[in-house]
Amino acid sequence: MSVFGFHYKLERKAIGLVLAIVAVASIGGLVEIAPLFTIHQTVEDAPDMRVYTPLELAGRNIYIREGCYACHSQMIRTLRDEVERYGPYSLAVESKYDHPMLWGSKRTGPDLARIGEKYSDDWHVAHLNNPRDVVPESVMPAYRWLLRNELETADLGLHLKALRKVGVPYTDEMIANAPADAYGQAAPDTPQAEGVSKRYGKDTTVRAFDSRPGRLTEMDAVVAYLQVLGRLTPVASKPVAALTAPAQVPVKTTSGK
Amino acid sequence: MSVEQRDPHTGYLTTGHEWNGITELNTPVPRVVYFFLIVTALFSLGYWVLMPAWPLGVSYTRGLLGIDQRATVAEKLQEAALDRATWSKRIETESHQQVEADPQLMQIVRQTGHTLFGDNCAVCHGLRADGNKGGKGFPSLVGNSWLWGGDTNAIAETISVGINATHPKTRVSQMLAFGRDGVLKRNEIDNVVAYVRTLSNPATAKDATPQEIAAGKTLFAANCVSCHGESGKGSTEAGAPDLTDPFWIYGGDAQSIFTTVWGGRQGHMPSWEGRLSLLDRKILTLYLVDLRKKNSQEAKQ
Repeated sequence: MSVFGFHYKLERKAIGLVLAIVAVASIGGLVEIAPLFTIHQTVEDAPDMRVYTPLELAGRNIYIREGCYACHSQMIRTLRDEVERYGPYSLAVESKYDHPMLWGSKRTGPDLARIGEKYSDDWHVAHLNNPRDVVPESVMPAYRWLLRNELETADLGLHLKALRKVGVPYTDEMIANAPADAYGQAAPDTPQAEGVSKRYGKDTTVRAFDSRPGRLTEMDAVVAYLQVLGRLTPVASKPVAALTAPAQVPVKTTSGK
Repeated sequence: MSVEQRDPHTGYLTTGHEWNGITELNTPVPRVVYFFLIVTALFSLGYWVLMPAWPLGVSYTRGLLGIDQRATVAEKLQEAALDRATWSKRIETESHQQVEADPQLMQIVRQTGHTLFGDNCAVCHGLRADGNKGGKGFPSLVGNSWLWGGDTNAIAETISVGINATHPKTRVSQMLAFGRDGVLKRNEIDNVVAYVRTLSNPATAKDATPQEIAAGKTLFAANCVSCHGESGKGSTEAGAPDLTDPFWIYGGDAQSIFTTVWGGRQGHMPSWEGRLSLLDRKILTLYLVDLRKKNSQEAKQ
């Protein structure tokens, strides 16, 4: 078979074969991934989107540490049943500041993309401490240590700094005040709390998440994170029709530029 | 090493390798594999033309079918709404009483309400809406004790605006931390607790001396009546619970009541106006009222 003639030759040249494999395997990536950087439509605009506060970021790190993503997705797909159950489908822009993304691929528990402010802090605290206390049929593990463990805040500035390197717009002021802001967000009516509102917007939730304003625990951080999920930008809750409208306009080709 | 050697038995070529006289057949790939290779290649060609496929710099080919997942889900949602239109319009426009009087509509309310309740309310109030038997800070919704009123309008309002929630018109209520804030001393709280327990369960009077209960009553009159009323019956205006009934949100034993009086309470129910449609909230309201009726009937039997 002459079609295989070239292949027979290539098979006998190890480096040539490796290079050919790399070239062929990258075609899919080039076609699928590279255009995401040039096609504007792939990531929506959300000019009013805010960044995670240090406390929410600490909660996010604990969420990763405890492996929550293994059972909970953060991705509402464009399917009728998911939209009816969880709310507006997830948009790419909503993960703009997520490094790494926590979309997940398996749901043993429910999707959490729109969990923010759906339930009360008290419920989250009780539920994380022992899920069976509030949901008798739950199979989720109990995370009792979250209430006991003091939150480590000293290194939060470094986390912010690292995220700024990959494009999250944290300011020098935010980085310098990270530990104080983490404390302030869970301690209303303190000078530190005012700093949080000043730096992250006055709509930022400042509450004693675990009902103990004097103590900053890992529970504070996780609940603060859960309560902001899906609420960094309101762009997804705009009517579905408005979001789909651009896709229905006639094809714009490159020549128009 | 010659590649062109042919095996005399099968007639196929060999790979040309030889190990001590043993050679390896180079059996050709079966035809059926080529067939499916060609079919899938043709399929992909068709897919490129029909579906969004090729990137073109700042845009991409949309495909002849013009399929867009977001448009599709919007359409599906519209279809679903249309499917429900026969009854959803009626539930939306008719009054609570009218819907309750229609057994067919109520059947739909029970089915849809059960799903809505399971997706949104059950984690706090329990799958059976009994607050997981109470005592955990989440009220039972099948009893007859309602902080903010248990008629349909009151329930609908509570679901919409929430309690101590972020909604601008939210219901607001807070029980003060009488112990932590230093209003009452520890032994005074003990007395108030002893008195409060006798309101719902006179048998508990034996747990304390009559003097202690009397002292508790005086303290109650001075500190608690503005919200809970002189007789301890509470007020749905202030969201203050009735202390004379057997329903307890945070538990009715002496220790639980002490904790409540010492540290205060400020329960939080989220506002559902932004999350659930008017229709959904109305279905939930009717579902709860129906559930309560069913529950009290079962209790009677």
